[in-house]
Amino acid sequence: MRPRSLLRYYGQNAVIWTFIPAFFFLIVCAFLSSILLEQYFLGLIAEAYPDADTANRDLLFAQMENVALGVLSTEDGVLQSLATDYAEFGNTIQRARGWLVILLSLSLAGFAYLKAMPQFRARESVEKVLGGLFLSSATIAILITVAIVASLLLEALRFFDVYPLWDFLTGLHWSPNIAVHADQVGFSGSFGMIPVLGGTLLITLIAMAVSVPVGLLSAIYMSEFAHPKLRNFFKPTLEILAGIPTVVYGFFAALTAAPFFRSIGLSLGLDVSSESALAAGAVMGVMIIPFISSLSDDVIRAVPRSLRDAALGLGATRSEMVIKVLLPAAFPGLVGAFLLAISRAIGETMIVVMAVGTAANLTFNPLESVTTVTVQIVGLLTGDTVFDSPKTLSAFALGIMLFVMTLGLNVAALTLSRRIAEKYE
Amino acid sequence: METKISPRYTDMITRSLKRRHRKETCLRFFGLTSILFGLAFLVILLGNIANNGLSALLQTYVELEVTVPDSALLDAEGKVSEEVAFDTNWDGLVKKGLRAKFPDASGMRERRALDQLVSANAGFDFKTRILHNPELLNQPLTVWFKTSDEVDQYVKGNMNVSVDESQRRLSDQQLAWIDELAASGLLERRFNTSFFTQADSREPESAGILGAAMGSAMAILVMLVLTLPLAVMSAIYLEYFAKPGRVTDFIEVNINNLAAVPSIVFGLLGLAVFLNFFQMPRSAPLVGGMVLSLMTLPTIIIASRAAIRAVPSSIRDAALGLGASNMQAALDHVLPMAMPGVLTGTIIGVAQALGESAPLLMIGMVAFIVDVPTTVTDPATVMPVQIFIWSNSAERAFYEKASLAILFLVLFLIVMNLTAVLLRRHFERHH
Repeated sequence: MRPRSLLRYYGQNAVIWTFIPAFFFLIVCAFLSSILLEQYFLGLIAEAYPDADTANRDLLFAQMENVALGVLSTEDGVLQSLATDYAEFGNTIQRARGWLVILLSLSLAGFAYLKAMPQFRARESVEKVLGGLFLSSATIAILITVAIVASLLLEALRFFDVYPLWDFLTGLHWSPNIAVHADQVGFSGSFGMIPVLGGTLLITLIAMAVSVPVGLLSAIYMSEFAHPKLRNFFKPTLEILAGIPTVVYGFFAALTAAPFFRSIGLSLGLDVSSESALAAGAVMGVMIIPFISSLSDDVIRAVPRSLRDAALGLGATRSEMVIKVLLPAAFPGLVGAFLLAISRAIGETMIVVMAVGTAANLTFNPLESVTTVTVQIVGLLTGDTVFDSPKTLSAFALGIMLFVMTLGLNVAALTLSRRIAEKYE
Repeated sequence: METKISPRYTDMITRSLKRRHRKETCLRFFGLTSILFGLAFLVILLGNIANNGLSALLQTYVELEVTVPDSALLDAEGKVSEEVAFDTNWDGLVKKGLRAKFPDASGMRERRALDQLVSANAGFDFKTRILHNPELLNQPLTVWFKTSDEVDQYVKGNMNVSVDESQRRLSDQQLAWIDELAASGLLERRFNTSFFTQADSREPESAGILGAAMGSAMAILVMLVLTLPLAVMSAIYLEYFAKPGRVTDFIEVNINNLAAVPSIVFGLLGLAVFLNFFQMPRSAPLVGGMVLSLMTLPTIIIASRAAIRAVPSSIRDAALGLGASNMQAALDHVLPMAMPGVLTGTIIGVAQALGESAPLLMIGMVAFIVDVPTTVTDPATVMPVQIFIWSNSAERAFYEKASLAILFLVLFLIVMNLTAVLLRRHFERHH
């Protein structure tokens, strides 16, 4: 009898059966066994050290792990013997796990071998598995979103347990550093996000003031006026700006632009802070120019040719056509592009981390130093931090604010651009 | 019969025409100015950084005469011994060589000031060299040693010496010594090899980018291994197998939104999930690559979908018509033709990941690391973060190093992006 599928599918089927279940089994096993091991030894530690509270037990457990790895040596006989047991248990479990996986894999390989009969539809079977694999990799995008929301929300909720949400949203004072010493004097840090939000908005405003006119005008010039050859040169060159890492913009903002603005200010008799919002905002604006110009270019090109031709045919000059026909027609799409750019500016991190300070001043003077949401997140979470302090948890509260703001802007932008697409289809 | 336009109107039109043309010129002018503004900024940015950074390719060396006694390296039996070498005061040997040039320097303070002219790592570098060449023992050697970063900066003219002595890092006495060394031809600027062969260091003259470059390479490798198969599989699913409906819509909305989520949020996710929940190692390229892959996944999915969509549907129809299954048509016929586009999207995603630093700060890849990482779980940093670390340092020499590192990073990224553009053009022509 001729086999029902091409021969290679029987082989592929065997490979799938041999490796894929064993792989998942290995992951689940590794995860479960480490949890079980930890629980078991935490129990033993609780028995051996009856006075220790939860945090101390965790500490002892970590010490024991390090002793078992040979990184740390200990005088404590009890801990030493626990560590020896721990290492031994770990080894046994690992060996057992290895044998189990090999056994499973071999037995499934045998199963696949027995199944490989001419009447077996191997192709259908393989394709079903592949289809499932494709579907599950497509759902990873959903999984990532869920993971982001869940992890941010979980940590943020822990923060709101100790600090009221309302005070966080409406407080006018941000000074998380007091909280470091909370252990001694009682928790007294102040986490009002208004000044941080204000700083973010100020810098975003400056960035948009630079990038919107420049980006939009470049896009109009390139799509409506420039000679195709010139356009072919300008467009990729401007896109180089988009490919430059943000850390480079930050470097430039902090070490070249900020001193430059400061010296200009001094010569005009103005006191410009060396970490002024103006320098960071202006450099961020330049960074966003290619973003706005390429998005606007797409929107402008989506306006139907007939509208342009009608305007020009009625005797309008090119500039009149652009201002009176093209821009009004493209308006919703352009607003969408600007919203995306705003969301980009709000979430931009490196430029502000390098060029802006951490002191939260509630001001709208661009010459002064302000701070932003992203600067605070980086400041709160880099360096040696105790993970459970309200100070570090507040970073996740800021993170979820950032996520919500950018998500809102993106959804709005998407809706607008979809509307314009439907209008002209 | 022809219609007469009243001369009043033609007159008005003629007059308004001038104004309208002026407006036209105005818009053109502003458009061109905007583009030129962007280009000018690009030139200023790169020019400024090149101007500051290129000098870091060279490092000032000083020539000293040193004799290494047998006892520095050989044990009692006359064999080369690392232990003996470890106990030897190599710094002292180098300093002795320097003091021989300036016998007048006396007193603790003056001698210490003199010692500061050579690099703090000169002794260590010298030890390594002698260990590999024991035949150099017991004879007068003329050796080029690295000078300290302050001397280097002064020789390169990057130090403002007109300010008061207390305001700068070199004293008048030290400047006089340096000038004397330079006058007698004992200072030389040589190619800074250690910038390419070493990792970070507290001493700017020994700091290099190899560690960060390796960290970047490892993180990108991890990212590619994780992202590419996932992205291609999702793209095939969404373009070929997904039935239009709520679930598919939801997946698409999610992908589009993820593409616009600020990168730092992915760092927060990595911190909360990979580090705190799964207890993965801090500062490891493995975790860095995982975070970067979450970040670039939507970009590469979107690019791969576009590439798959660009394959003419006749290919698929022909395959199906000849009896191929849906899966065979997708994998054996459409995917190979879409591969160049997928590749282009991947290059863009890699370029994006290579320049990213914010999420990596969150997972501790910002530590000071002296060793070049050898596995993906070693603590490491990446190129952009190394630039960030150096630009935060006080020494002028680190500023120079950061500029040079930027130059390499940006050049590399521009080459990558250009490759992507050229590839795309090439394949667009073929379709």
